[in-house]
Amino acid sequence: MQSGEKGGSVFQNRPFSQYGEAFCAGPSQLIYTERVKHMEDQILLTMRNVCKAFPGVRALENAQITLRKGEIHALMGENGAGKSTLIKVLTGVYQFDSGEIRIQGINEPVINRSTLEAQKNGIATVYQEINLCPNLSVAENLFIGREPKSRLGLIDWRTMNKRAKKIMDDLDIDVDVTLTLENYSLAVQQMIAIARAVDMDCRILILDEPTSSLDDGEVAKLFKLMLRLKEEGVGIIFITHFLEQVYMVCDRITVLRNGRFVGEYGVGEMPRVKLVAAMLGKDFDDLASIKPEGGAASSEEVVVEAKGLSHKGKIKPFDFIIRKGEVVGVTGLLGSGRSEMVRCIYGADRAQTGTLKMKGRELKAKAPIDSIKAGMGFLPDDRKADGLIGDLSVRENIILAMQAREGIFKTLPPSKQNELADKFIEMLRIKTASRETPVSQLSGGNQQKVILARWLCTHPDFLILDEPTRGIDVGTKTEFQKLILKFASEGMSVVFISSEIEEMLRTCSRMCVMRDGAKVDEIEGDMTQNSVMAAIAGGEAK
Amino acid sequence: MNRLRGVTKKALFLPLICLVLVLLLNMIKDPGFFSIAINNGVLYGRLIDILNRGSEIAILAVGQTLVVAASAGTDISVGSVMSLSACFCSVLLAGYGVNSTDTFRMPMLAGMLSGVFVGGVCGAVNGSLVSKLKIQPMIATLILFTAARAVGLLLCNNQITYLRYEPYKYLGNFIPGCPVPTPIFVAAAVISAAFLVLRKTSLGLYIQSVGINNRAARLLGINSARICFLCYVICGLCAGIAGIVASSRIYSADSNNIGLYYELDAILAVALGGNSLGGGKFNMAASVVGAYTIQAINTTLLALGISTDQAPVVKAIIVVVIVTIQSPVFRAWVLSRTGRNRKAIKEGAGA
Repeated sequence: MQSGEKGGSVFQNRPFSQYGEAFCAGPSQLIYTERVKHMEDQILLTMRNVCKAFPGVRALENAQITLRKGEIHALMGENGAGKSTLIKVLTGVYQFDSGEIRIQGINEPVINRSTLEAQKNGIATVYQEINLCPNLSVAENLFIGREPKSRLGLIDWRTMNKRAKKIMDDLDIDVDVTLTLENYSLAVQQMIAIARAVDMDCRILILDEPTSSLDDGEVAKLFKLMLRLKEEGVGIIFITHFLEQVYMVCDRITVLRNGRFVGEYGVGEMPRVKLVAAMLGKDFDDLASIKPEGGAASSEEVVVEAKGLSHKGKIKPFDFIIRKGEVVGVTGLLGSGRSEMVRCIYGADRAQTGTLKMKGRELKAKAPIDSIKAGMGFLPDDRKADGLIGDLSVRENIILAMQAREGIFKTLPPSKQNELADKFIEMLRIKTASRETPVSQLSGGNQQKVILARWLCTHPDFLILDEPTRGIDVGTKTEFQKLILKFASEGMSVVFISSEIEEMLRTCSRMCVMRDGAKVDEIEGDMTQNSVMAAIAGGEAK
Repeated sequence: MNRLRGVTKKALFLPLICLVLVLLLNMIKDPGFFSIAINNGVLYGRLIDILNRGSEIAILAVGQTLVVAASAGTDISVGSVMSLSACFCSVLLAGYGVNSTDTFRMPMLAGMLSGVFVGGVCGAVNGSLVSKLKIQPMIATLILFTAARAVGLLLCNNQITYLRYEPYKYLGNFIPGCPVPTPIFVAAAVISAAFLVLRKTSLGLYIQSVGINNRAARLLGINSARICFLCYVICGLCAGIAGIVASSRIYSADSNNIGLYYELDAILAVALGGNSLGGGKFNMAASVVGAYTIQAINTTLLALGISTDQAPVVKAIIVVVIVTIQSPVFRAWVLSRTGRNRKAIKEGAGA
């Protein structure tokens, strides 16, 4: 009764959990206006000073995020920034080492030990890969694990379908709930996953890269649903790599970098360029322009010329040209289509449209071997999954591409293999016990050198290096940059991709800029960190 | 001492030790186990018997090893394919519906080669299912596991076709004037061919690359799907050869019994050789040793006078022991024990 006596003056300072009682006590008009007014201010979730270490890595160091009621909050950061770790800590997949999670309506700090517990606390997650059952009906998917039962303990199908229909109607999703889920597009499936989460009384909805496999129309539908949920007061954490989308639907942005909290910004106050700078960790205004030291003089001889290449919607048609002895960078944020572009040129993903000319002759690569024979080499960005043959020795890993090019019947004699392996172990200073050591036992940087050696063996005219310096130490990075320039001066054409712009400025004479799966720009001559970042960000950047 | 340790580290060491252990087991009951005699101009003896009877398993093991290495799966159809090849060969030689014959309708060699060829075709079917349609190897080969034997039965008009033509028996028994059973030569030929191919071409390297990381293998220019397909074809050909040998042994095409449960022995041979069924690195010689180990166990059980209905139990026990000896966990445990002992001895000596 005390709270009733004190009346309205107090309740602005109170946590939301007690608002309910207070609203009931006051006149209805007050309830309405206060609710609207407070919608934006009511804090649903705070995570503060969250730390999480994995063996050898500090994944999160004092990360934080604050989610308010009825907002769409973008969580941004480059790969390895700690976005997923933060989400996994929140949803109980990982246990955190220190820090605090508070959820509105719960008086003590929350520790979710499992996703189930997180769900009970009103947190639901919808992942990029939908974890529903494609062979069950929409209604079954909505109610799986909590089906309405009849008196006999059997599933009450009629009630279930009726309730499912109502949920779908409420959210304006046009589906037949009795059809199996696989009949619907990925976008609809995603919306059904969201509907399921919402129906389970979630107040905090986490969308982990929901749009990465959707087309534009589907994205628009999803956004409509998100905005609807926002109106109803659900707090949404939205993880995406697409900048455009952030500016389309989000209210606030939290940026993480290397597991640390960088800042929380309102979308209006944060131009793209600044956002990119925050994600990449460069103070945009203070950046001194770095003149490329290298950039060997290139001749006029065109080595590779691509016209209108594209791959199944992952990368929109692009043109690309590279001359002999040129080092060209491909830049853009993660997921912007950097890797897809070079994979398409190499023939790792078959291009659906366009033509590719290698040294003036048209090349129709059905498989990578055709490209290799034409003189290409490709160091993929995912060293473990696409590059290394882990159990094989350093020697075998080095000679493999050359052997593949020679063909199965022309086995390189052992003496030649040893000679090649020794030559490159010495030249690239690969640290290994012997040439017969399994390559999986080497450190990351040395593994990368082994793959580089594999391609140098084949004397390619055109070498693609996709993130060759990721996850390797600074010394080796510099070594790589020097090597790239050396190859170029010897007449090799190199495409170089790196998340570190500085590194590319130092080595490249020209840069292609990718954004949202398309090649949007090409920068030449006066390249500075600022101009490159502006180009990456695009949009309203000047 | 160091030298000894070097030897024990070789991949072939443990499978060989296991084979020797199984052979020594026989010494308990029958000291004359290792004696080899010549009766009626041919070699007799348990060891010869093991080499002879183990031929089919060894031939199958060669193909199975490649399949396991390239696709991290097993070809369970080899036993049925053996039966189909034998039936196909017999129907070509004897004609459809013939119960017993002593004259052939076509050259014997052509018939036998056709039988082997059918094995290759079966392998190609398995291979395309696995490499092109990406069906799990066990499911893909399950189709021919069930179907091939039945097709063979159909070809033979549901009866056993006897091929009572003297030269037909040569392949599975003895060539007149030669004291060594012919299957030993066949197995030796297949094994040598396998070694030759693995040594002279890069097939082994390709197969291992595909088995370890087929995405990376494709990106560096290996046609992963084709290599995988090729392994299944080779496996099918091996099954075909084994089928003809088995048929020649009993100079008939007995669809119901030829190659029955041989797929299990073939897979077991690969495993007993210490090869990982998860694919990747493989050791062909070890698989072959594994194959003969299985036959040694079978022969031993016979020699020890264990009745045929009880034999599987004893065989299972021996296999469990062998697999345990080879498991890395057990080896690590033994090493830690011996290491501790050594330390203890040293300390004892110090005191």
